[in-house]
Amino acid sequence: MMSRADRTVLSEWWWTVDRALLAALCGLMVIGIILCLAASPAVAARLGIADPFHFVNRQVLFLVPAAVVMIATSFLSPRALRRICVVVFAVFFVLLMATLVVGPEVKGARRWLTIAGVTVQPSEFIKPAFVILAAWLFAESTKRPEMPATLLAFGLLGSVLGLLVKQPDFGQSLLISLVWASLFFLAGLRWIWMVGLVGVGAGGGFIAYMTVSHVQKRINRFLNPDSGDTYQIDAALNSFRNGGWFGQGPGEGTMKRMLPDGHTDFVFAVAGEEFGIILCLIILALFAFIILRSLSRASKESDPFSRFAITGLALLFGLQAAINMAVNVHIAPAKGMTLPFISYGGSSLISIAFGMGMLLALSRKRPGAAALAALTEKPSVEPVARPVAPPAGAMPDPA
Amino acid sequence: MVEKTPFSARISRFAADTAAALGPEIQKADAACAVLLDHVGRLAGAAGRALLRVLRRAAITTWTLASAIAVRLSHLSWRAGRHVVRGLFGLDRGDMETVARGRIKLIMFAFCAVFIAIATQLSHLAIISDPGATRGRSSDAVASARPDIIDRNGDIIAIDVKSPSLFAEPRRLIDPDEALEGLLKVLPDLDVEESRKRLNSGKGFAWLKREITPAQMRAIHRLGIPGIGFLKENRRIYPDGPILSHVMGGVNVDNQGISGLEKYIDGRGLAELHLAGFATDRQQEPVELSMDMRVQHAVRDELIRAKNKFSALHAMAVVTEVNTGEIISMVSLPDFDPNVPGNPKDDAYLNRLTTGVYEMGSTFKALSFAMALDSGKIGLNSSFDARGAMHFGRFKISDYHAENRVLTVPEIFLVSSNVGTAKMVLSLGVEAHKAFLKKMGQLDRLRTELPESSEPIVPRRWGELNSATIAFGHGLSVAPLQAVMAVNSMVNGGYLITPTFIKRTPEEAQKVAVRVLKPETSDKMRYIMRLNAEKGTATKAEVPGYLVGGKTGTAEKVVNGRYAKNKLLTSFTAVFPMDKPRYLILVMLDEPKATSETYGFATSGWNAAPTAGKIVERIAPLLNIAPRQNLPNAEQLLRAPLKVADRH
Repeated sequence: MMSRADRTVLSEWWWTVDRALLAALCGLMVIGIILCLAASPAVAARLGIADPFHFVNRQVLFLVPAAVVMIATSFLSPRALRRICVVVFAVFFVLLMATLVVGPEVKGARRWLTIAGVTVQPSEFIKPAFVILAAWLFAESTKRPEMPATLLAFGLLGSVLGLLVKQPDFGQSLLISLVWASLFFLAGLRWIWMVGLVGVGAGGGFIAYMTVSHVQKRINRFLNPDSGDTYQIDAALNSFRNGGWFGQGPGEGTMKRMLPDGHTDFVFAVAGEEFGIILCLIILALFAFIILRSLSRASKESDPFSRFAITGLALLFGLQAAINMAVNVHIAPAKGMTLPFISYGGSSLISIAFGMGMLLALSRKRPGAAALAALTEKPSVEPVARPVAPPAGAMPDPA
Repeated sequence: MVEKTPFSARISRFAADTAAALGPEIQKADAACAVLLDHVGRLAGAAGRALLRVLRRAAITTWTLASAIAVRLSHLSWRAGRHVVRGLFGLDRGDMETVARGRIKLIMFAFCAVFIAIATQLSHLAIISDPGATRGRSSDAVASARPDIIDRNGDIIAIDVKSPSLFAEPRRLIDPDEALEGLLKVLPDLDVEESRKRLNSGKGFAWLKREITPAQMRAIHRLGIPGIGFLKENRRIYPDGPILSHVMGGVNVDNQGISGLEKYIDGRGLAELHLAGFATDRQQEPVELSMDMRVQHAVRDELIRAKNKFSALHAMAVVTEVNTGEIISMVSLPDFDPNVPGNPKDDAYLNRLTTGVYEMGSTFKALSFAMALDSGKIGLNSSFDARGAMHFGRFKISDYHAENRVLTVPEIFLVSSNVGTAKMVLSLGVEAHKAFLKKMGQLDRLRTELPESSEPIVPRRWGELNSATIAFGHGLSVAPLQAVMAVNSMVNGGYLITPTFIKRTPEEAQKVAVRVLKPETSDKMRYIMRLNAEKGTATKAEVPGYLVGGKTGTAEKVVNGRYAKNKLLTSFTAVFPMDKPRYLILVMLDEPKATSETYGFATSGWNAAPTAGKIVERIAPLLNIAPRQNLPNAEQLLRAPLKVADRH
């Protein structure tokens, strides 16, 4: 066990990081591996992959770097995070543009890039960086209203949204728009403007509904299940019904063989069938815990950037989880959205680990003095080093 | 001044007045008493006042506190509410941090709402789920296990046997046509079109044939067709085949009871067990019936012979234990083999003893006699004029063997006189007749464990003519088992006991027994029934050594609304041994034909009665009743009535 008296970086980290949050995130990762074991062999068999554990092996392979990324990121200071995010955003913005040109078309969309044999989905990586940048801009706008930070934020949203719609990827577009709007809302947007913004969002959605056929089909199917093929959602609902409270038992599921995206978008349904609604409720509770704890941390945060960033990252994570689970239990129209940490997918896993690492870093306990310094810092001068005062109960630092 | 004197003083004065006469000692004690009373009164008053004071103070304090708390609470809640509203909606626009905090709380509320919605939907899905059914499908034994059924001696009547069923997983089939071709080699009786449709359905699961033999299973297994599999299912087997067909009823392909006692067993909770998916458990207690398979065999054998000999359309017989109401045997011919699925609308599937209703004919006269003797107004020495015929408007009641003389009550029974019986019943009145039949359970549907039963057909308007004809068994149709229940009560000492198919002890029977007749009436009925076998219409049912008694019945069947003279329903009710009755046998033959042996007669005494006699002869040893010598004659039965202790 680490001593509170230790002044090593690791010890500082251990005593300041939100350990409950960390435990919940690790719990999700473990559940993700178990559910991948349950769901993906059926998918591998259907896709004709000889090794039934193909997806499991890959998921574990990605989990190691993901865990490293998460822990490593959580060591960083808010300022370092901001800088990294600028770099990450710039790199993946370029890659995002590249997908439109050189990306292969899969199921009618250009979302993936193959770099040195690894398939990457730039939109996954750009999300956390986008959130941090947006949070920074909105924080600046509350601190110094004279700067055109809000305008820049609009520009940021517009550029990313444009690329995502071009792919097209409406799920990610919806997600980053919602997070961006929430941050704008936190930044003190007047209610009347909020209503206007919601109106614009609704208008955008309506235009998508009118002009993009697959969006239209999905919404129609949700509103009226008889209007089209509801195979996937029916299979998902049957999975839950099959499972009941306690599930059919590991490996006993049968509906998973019929779920086309059992290992990704509909992994929650597979969890329901094999391990029961009880496990689903536990997963739901873990997500709720992570999100509500992060948000309550954010509301206590005095530094605007940290507050906006934590809120944004928690929203990104929470909205994605909530939309995925809502689609699985059929209280929202079908939308390709993965369940964070649980669904199979390397890009998504590492991107989410990066985002959660930043969340952990930002939610670390910082002494009030440092926070005050951050609040009153000069526009161009960042504090060179953040002194970390001992937490309450520790020996007072003689220095 | 008297009215103003204190109570205690008045008492003491009264006491003093009395005491003056009684003596100074008493007077002294009384004075002490008065002082004590005075003190008690004063103490009570003081205590009451103190209590009131405390109560008043408590009330004032409570009120003050409550109002103070209410004021404080309303103030607090107003402030808290205002704070929450302002915080949530960012009305305190001055401070951006407060706004952001309030709005984060709003976002948290929104998230909570979404998560609660998802959790609610998940719970809903869990509640409407049916994991048991699918679990049953994925594991063996789809059809539920049923308890074994055994007879009163523990012999097996019905048992579950595991047998394989053939299914396909059409989605996994490589070539449905090739698969069908292979299957047809082993199962040539497979419905080709239906099977082809199922194999091409593309579903995950489809039954092909339920309950195949192990040899067929091995042969299909050797074909090695992918996507074809077997599930072990429970199949109901009745080792004795048609012997106990109607009573058993049957099960469907999912091993659920659909008729007879099998349905009754489901109704006792097995169906619920099955739904819950627990019926696969083999630890079920066997169901013990009151039936005796050996007796059932003998009765059915004799009945088939009788049916063939007299070329009857249908033949029925039932044996009951008169003291417990247990049904020992029940045969209704034609019958069916419950192992073989058939069309339940088929004539053979009708249990005529419970589902059929008949005008019982003279057998019903026993009820009239029991009523007459139980009324106390008519004794064995009473007599009725049975000369000529009775006329009711255009209807005429006459006797089959007209004696044309005044007959005593036993004589009416022995010659089975319609006129005499009708006059006897009418002398007691129509209402009394109706009430008696109601009491004997003849006007309501008899419900036993068998789900199949019928309502008796009772005349809507019941006048003198109805009573006169019902007295000798026409004009009221009842289920034969219902009449048996009534006759049971005439010989068992006067207890009406609902018949049962489940084994029960005399003690259990006594709990459900209702006394409907006086014990003396029962003794008199035993006497005349025995007398009938000695020198009346039932002489052909006599079996030496068993002291059989009984009543014949010959009813004319109604054809096209009229009684047909040549279409008869003959019946015979036999009871033995008459000095201490144990068993009752009812034999019924539908349209028996006269043979050379019967000298051209087709009435009950010539067919049903001898059949009953033969049955007694065969089953009495099985039922542990030995033939005796030096039996009492009918008169002695009267002089030695049954003691209660003897009855069982």
